[in-house]
Amino acid sequence: MIKLEKRRQPSQAWSYATPVLAVLATMFFGGLLFAFLGESPFAAIKTIFWDPLFSEFSFYYRPQLMVKAAPLVLIAVGLSLGFKAGIWNIGAEGQYILGAICGAAVGLALYPLDAWYVFPLMVIAGALGGMLWALIPALLKVRFGTNEILVSLMLVYVAEQLLASMALGPLRNPEGYGFPGSRNLDEYPSATSWILEDAGIHWGTVAALLAVVFAFVLLTRHMTGFHIRLTGDAPRAARFAGVNPGRLTVFSLGLSGLFAGLAGLFEVAGPAGQITIDFNSGYGFTAIIVAFLGRLNPIGILLAGFLLALTYIGGEIAQNQLGLPAAAIQVFQGMLLFFLLAFDLLTNYRIRLTLRETA
Amino acid sequence: MTQTLLKIDSLTKAYPGVVANSEVSFEIGEGEVHALLGENGAGKSTLVKMIYGLVKPDSGTMTLRGAPYAPPEPRAARGDGIAMVFQHFSLFDALNVAENIALGMENPPPMRDLAKRITQVSEAYGLPLDPSRIVGDLSAGERQRVEIIRCLLQDPKLLIMDEPTSVLTPQEVDILFQTLQKLSAEGTAILYISHKLEEIRTLCDRATILRLGKVVGACIPRDSTAREMAEMMVGGTLQIPTRERAELGEVALEIANLSAKSPSEFGTSLKDVSIRVRAGEVLGVGGVAGNGQDELLGVLSGEILSSPGAVRLKGKPVGKLGPTARRKLGLLTAPEERLGHAAAPDMSLTENALLTGSVREGLVSNGFLSWSKTRTFAEAIIKAFDVRTPGTENAARSLSGGNLQKFVIGREVLQRPEVLVVNQPTWGVDAAAAASIRQALLDLAQKGAAIICISQDLDELMEISDNFAALTEGRLSPPRSTQGLTVDQIGMMLGGAHGMEVAHDDAEKVLA
Repeated sequence: MIKLEKRRQPSQAWSYATPVLAVLATMFFGGLLFAFLGESPFAAIKTIFWDPLFSEFSFYYRPQLMVKAAPLVLIAVGLSLGFKAGIWNIGAEGQYILGAICGAAVGLALYPLDAWYVFPLMVIAGALGGMLWALIPALLKVRFGTNEILVSLMLVYVAEQLLASMALGPLRNPEGYGFPGSRNLDEYPSATSWILEDAGIHWGTVAALLAVVFAFVLLTRHMTGFHIRLTGDAPRAARFAGVNPGRLTVFSLGLSGLFAGLAGLFEVAGPAGQITIDFNSGYGFTAIIVAFLGRLNPIGILLAGFLLALTYIGGEIAQNQLGLPAAAIQVFQGMLLFFLLAFDLLTNYRIRLTLRETA
Repeated sequence: MTQTLLKIDSLTKAYPGVVANSEVSFEIGEGEVHALLGENGAGKSTLVKMIYGLVKPDSGTMTLRGAPYAPPEPRAARGDGIAMVFQHFSLFDALNVAENIALGMENPPPMRDLAKRITQVSEAYGLPLDPSRIVGDLSAGERQRVEIIRCLLQDPKLLIMDEPTSVLTPQEVDILFQTLQKLSAEGTAILYISHKLEEIRTLCDRATILRLGKVVGACIPRDSTAREMAEMMVGGTLQIPTRERAELGEVALEIANLSAKSPSEFGTSLKDVSIRVRAGEVLGVGGVAGNGQDELLGVLSGEILSSPGAVRLKGKPVGKLGPTARRKLGLLTAPEERLGHAAAPDMSLTENALLTGSVREGLVSNGFLSWSKTRTFAEAIIKAFDVRTPGTENAARSLSGGNLQKFVIGREVLQRPEVLVVNQPTWGVDAAAAASIRQALLDLAQKGAAIICISQDLDELMEISDNFAALTEGRLSPPRSTQGLTVDQIGMMLGGAHGMEVAHDDAEKVLA
């Protein structure tokens, strides 16, 4: 019989080992999946994990990796702060969209003004847009006790509708011959978020790194971070310690919305270039996986963001070169989270094999 | 001596890093009431868990009526006629009595028949209980009856009771003892675990004493004194808390006609509660659990807010202030629930020291934490209160209940409170540690702090309090001086008989 026994203390060693084990298990079972699809599992795994970094064409893939990782890390760091406190913002995708819309709107309104303050204004607008969108579920939760998971998730779909109407209406490129989509901010130097386009580095990359440092300091050195962790571990003890749960909800949802909004703005002003109907590509949802894969730890999230970006880029290569279906790649990414959560059990429990006793 | 029912022969059980039971042997006779005595961590729980099939011994054997007995799981133990009433009840608040009992049975009979049997058994053993009542509305004593009747329906040969009287009023204890004596007379053996030595002296035929996992002695409780038994338990002489009664100072804390709704559905709302405590005074608040103790603590800690003037600290209205602001002013509290309320289970002791110590110990500046100062504070608590732990970085949940309790009380005491409110300060704590906690509270009062001690342990309250008030169904009786207060009078106060004519004189004297 297999028995689970609660550990007296969470195991430090296992909490570091589980992500590695989860990746290995994903490779193994993902390999099996690819084998059933008629591909060599080794080739498929190599294509996904090795080729983007070290193959002949890696000069092309590496910048893409940076471009994908930056918003994932930025959003995931924000989400992780709420998750740690047991506040579940599932709607980062919506906040990302709103950040992009608000930031781009400011840029497009100022076009073609050439001034140093155009981009900072866009950043502020993007941050505010994402934050305000996230404050809707926060205030509803504090005021009326609604469930932030549902409200934030539903607001994603509202945001998508808003995005479509913006792309077709107010933000449409007046010189775009009636095609949907805004002006391309890539061609507006004052509004671009690129720093080194060839290396895939834009202001979002910088913001992601700053966010990691910020979250690290907050969680380990600051009272607010302590209160966040305390609330997640023991909500009643947190109240006893003097934490105001409402204020904490507003803080963590607002902050995660702000980070998601920034990610959206940097994306629209850089890699995406314009507001289009299908501007959003699921970063807000994938960031949830990144946050958990990174153990809700800022440094872990940084690594997890790159890992997930790698599976994205590698997955695309596998689709193009090996003809694997997109669904298979998504299953592969899903496995990663699944195994992580499953192995997570080992941090707090140990497995005991016992021989079945004769009764 | 009657025939042997259960013979335990050199049972040993080791957990990583600790031997919980080492070569434990004793016998329980048919119909005998056998006490199992020992401090926390002496291995009593592990031992009864092995008897009940929850834990498998590493070595050693048990014999039940001459036949080898090794239950792989509680179901088998129940099948062999072993029943257990746990210290913490496992009942569903939202279901009624009969439904709760049916849930614990292998093949529950139809509800109507079950209800009839419950009524029969409850009448036969003098445990009045209505099978159709919702458990959430029952008092702790009534809940315990549900558990006992659940056991009795299995017609057990051995009934194990883990600290059964800790939640009962003196009158309820009497009823329970009559039931147990009746059972024993009918031939059911009872294994009785308790800290309360006087109880064991009145109830039990024999006692086995455990210390650090080993049997260190046996005695006939009727022929021993409580002190002798206590000293066998701790393996040394017992310090009894002492204090010199000092002059009481100014009123330190005042609650005036406060009513507060309980935040939880099955909680008890406070109704028109008034309290005055002076500097240097220890006010004992007695009462059975679930009568508003948590709410009273919440109102004082700042977790439940009230109108500003309802709670006054040295005359200053603090009813609207949260926990942090109250701590700053010197009103400190220690809740009953150690894990999850007073301390965060998965956080280290250092982090738990920060939990309430941040303001008064200056562990935070501009929102930034000083971990080195916090660690020093945690070390100071561990040292001053003899908390047994490998170090400050261990998680709170890795400590035994008694050790964590010492940490939680120590954390507040070391912050030099003006007013300290403690709820169940020695719940589940061994005799020696309980004595040191009580001594710390008395020392604090001696230095001029006002102390409110909420407890279900009447002996404890009589030992340390100047004045005693009873909390029943959210109402607080007027306080009476503990000097000359008899157990019967306390029982009356706890029974909810407020406004008794005799109470007035004393109460006025106290408040004057």
